[in-house]
Amino acid sequence: MSDDLYREQILEHYKNPHHFGELADADITQEGDNPLCGDVITLYLKLDDGKLGEVSFRGRGCAISQASASMLTDMIVGRPVAELKSFPTKDLLEELGIQISPARMKCATLSVNTLRVALNGDNHEED
Amino acid sequence: MIEARAIDATEVRADFPILGRTINGKPLVYLDSAATSQKPAVVIDIMDDYYRRYNANPHRGVYTISEEATAAYESARQRVAAFINAASVKEVIFTRNTTEAINLVRYTWGRVNIRKGDRILLTEMEHHSNLVPWQLLAREVGATLEFLRVDDQGLLQLDELEARLSGVRLLAITHQSNTLGTINPIKAITAAAHRAGALVLIDGAQAVPHMSVDVKDLDVDFYAFSGHKMCGPTGIGVLWARRALLEAMPPFLGGGDMIKRVKLREASWNDLPWKFEAGTPSVAEGIGLGAAVDYLKNLGMDQVRTHERTLVDYALEKLQDIPGIIIYGPRDPEIHGGAISFTIPGIHPHDLATLVDRDGIAVRAGHHCTQPLMDRLGVPATTRASFYIYNQPDEVDQLVIGIQKAQKVFA
Repeated sequence: MSDDLYREQILEHYKNPHHFGELADADITQEGDNPLCGDVITLYLKLDDGKLGEVSFRGRGCAISQASASMLTDMIVGRPVAELKSFPTKDLLEELGIQISPARMKCATLSVNTLRVALNGDNHEED
Repeated sequence: MIEARAIDATEVRADFPILGRTINGKPLVYLDSAATSQKPAVVIDIMDDYYRRYNANPHRGVYTISEEATAAYESARQRVAAFINAASVKEVIFTRNTTEAINLVRYTWGRVNIRKGDRILLTEMEHHSNLVPWQLLAREVGATLEFLRVDDQGLLQLDELEARLSGVRLLAITHQSNTLGTINPIKAITAAAHRAGALVLIDGAQAVPHMSVDVKDLDVDFYAFSGHKMCGPTGIGVLWARRALLEAMPPFLGGGDMIKRVKLREASWNDLPWKFEAGTPSVAEGIGLGAAVDYLKNLGMDQVRTHERTLVDYALEKLQDIPGIIIYGPRDPEIHGGAISFTIPGIHPHDLATLVDRDGIAVRAGHHCTQPLMDRLGVPATTRASFYIYNQPDEVDQLVIGIQKAQKVFA
């Protein structure tokens, strides 16, 4: 784990987020926010034969919240929905690859929490 | 009377043990005193001394150390009363903090005096602690909330005051905005409220630590503040109110100490101020607050205000040179207390606060418990630097360098 919260990869995702924008024909649109920080994201999911066919997001907030959303979209696109319903938070944190302080954990997990709400109706967090 | 000297932050710093700390190998630059101030050794020591030498439950014990605890606790109250020029110590109620003081008014005066259809006037710049209690009361009794608006300079739109006061029972307003630093003209606002027949409650959490506050001169009805923002400990705050109001108000919490005579089915209330202080009080904290008041009095509150005005003037000048920065709140240091809120385009306040922390700089990032004000400003969050007696211009310089470094990271 890197102790550099703002390592190059994070900043790159923040400045040039992957799958950024609206999906006009999304099957599921889910907003998530951290009112305490002002981080907001909207996830757009398009399902295709039990798989996540397409994904995109829009949002604004800190680098950690937005970069983690960008990384998450890379990790989940094309995968079976049944699997994504219990997508583990730790997988995303490993991908982020940085030490997240307790104060910033809500930023780092906003996207994955929003994903679970989108697919389950509420946030079944396994941890 | 000896004329007080201007504050020498270098000397003041020596009184605060925590300022000797390093963070990530760098000296701590503490720019978050609006959240809580640091504590001088005299405050820490006097609380330690209480626990080591005369810890006892006050007010009822007839043995030596209980009498010593009572004397120290009540002497702190006297010093707090003198500090805000209260007419009597009976008007100084110790609470846990500003929030509890405001809630005390909500539950006691509010429930008796605010009725269905009554109006409570607040402002868009209130801290949640002077907003949510009134939302709860309004919902409970069927009253309505009205709001004085904030203009683009972070000032209250006082041209609307007289019209907004029509039919208002209570005006509850902050003395100094914790987010924008705006110092509100409380005396004039109070006079207008009284002409309209409204009572006035002031959230003084950001004022009492930073300027001379005279409740008689302001002519307000309720005034609330916290010990921990004025060099004192957490867990002790103050509600000052006019004696006649306090006499008429029902008690707040019930229990020990607040009673005179208790029978199985009824009780009578203790005299002021103890009528509003149920249970064993925060004795060490009260004593600590007394020492904090002495400490500030020795520096001189006009000198404290001058010191902060100079820092704000300097900081506003330095910060506005940062490319793209947006500074919220008044530009005139005369009406700008020691807190400056700003945003840097492209850098979320939390990222900025995390990055400058690497250089030991502590600033606040977020909504500062003023979400409606954030909505009014059209931002989810700001970064806030706030100053106190121990801050110096070179710490402003370090903040500016820290912001510039963050801009490079996010370039």
